[in-house]
Amino acid sequence: MEKIYTNDQSHCKLIKSKRETVAFLLNYSKSLKIIQAKDLQFESNMN
Amino acid sequence: MEPQIDDSQLIKRYCAGEEKALELLINRHNQRLSSFIYSKVNDREITEDIFQDTFIKVIKTFKRGAYNEEGKFLPWVMRIAHNLIIDHFRRNSRMPMLDGSQSFNIFSVLGDDKLNIEKQLIKNQIYSDLNLLIQELPVDQKEVLVMRMYQDMSFKEIAENTGVSINTALGRMRYALINLRKLIEQNDIVLTN
Repeated sequence: MEKIYTNDQSHCKLIKSKRETVAFLLNYSKSLKIIQAKDLQFESNMN
Repeated sequence: MEPQIDDSQLIKRYCAGEEKALELLINRHNQRLSSFIYSKVNDREITEDIFQDTFIKVIKTFKRGAYNEEGKFLPWVMRIAHNLIIDHFRRNSRMPMLDGSQSFNIFSVLGDDKLNIEKQLIKNQIYSDLNLLIQELPVDQKEVLVMRMYQDMSFKEIAENTGVSINTALGRMRYALINLRKLIEQNDIVLTN
């Protein structure tokens, strides 16, 4: 049978982002506050 | 085993202030999203960056109350990641990142184009020697050579300034160079940098 698939499967690796990245996002979420002023929204990041 | 809460429920909880819901949401889609990004960029660090930027956009959208429940969460997140991947490649095509990890080493072609102090000294010495040699030339030849090489004048301008024809100016320049070579050979002078 004709071989029609590539051998290089390095691009199809299953990976997960690091715990540190997830932790950063959770901390970012906790620190981010959106302040509404009339029709405007301001981002405020309180670390 | 805890029953699976669907994405829309988690989003509602998160928007209501339950931070834990975000953690569940991120962990649920971590592998799928990270693998998707990695399949496009093929770099672990860039994958982390794009994953992070994607969720920063997600968090901002939730916090602003701008999330539209019409579509499903995962396709929406994938679309954000996809757009960020495109941004990444656009940025890189303008400013390609080169490193020395492969067979090509950028430092083999990059260099400081300034002369080092030793070469600068040699260059100054050569200019000084050449200046002395030029002083040895007959006045008419010296005049043409100086105008051409140091004052960057055309032969037409030299001819007008010295009151001779262009051919005479060209001939004087030619003899000036011949005589300079003779002087260099006679005095065993080496002019190289």
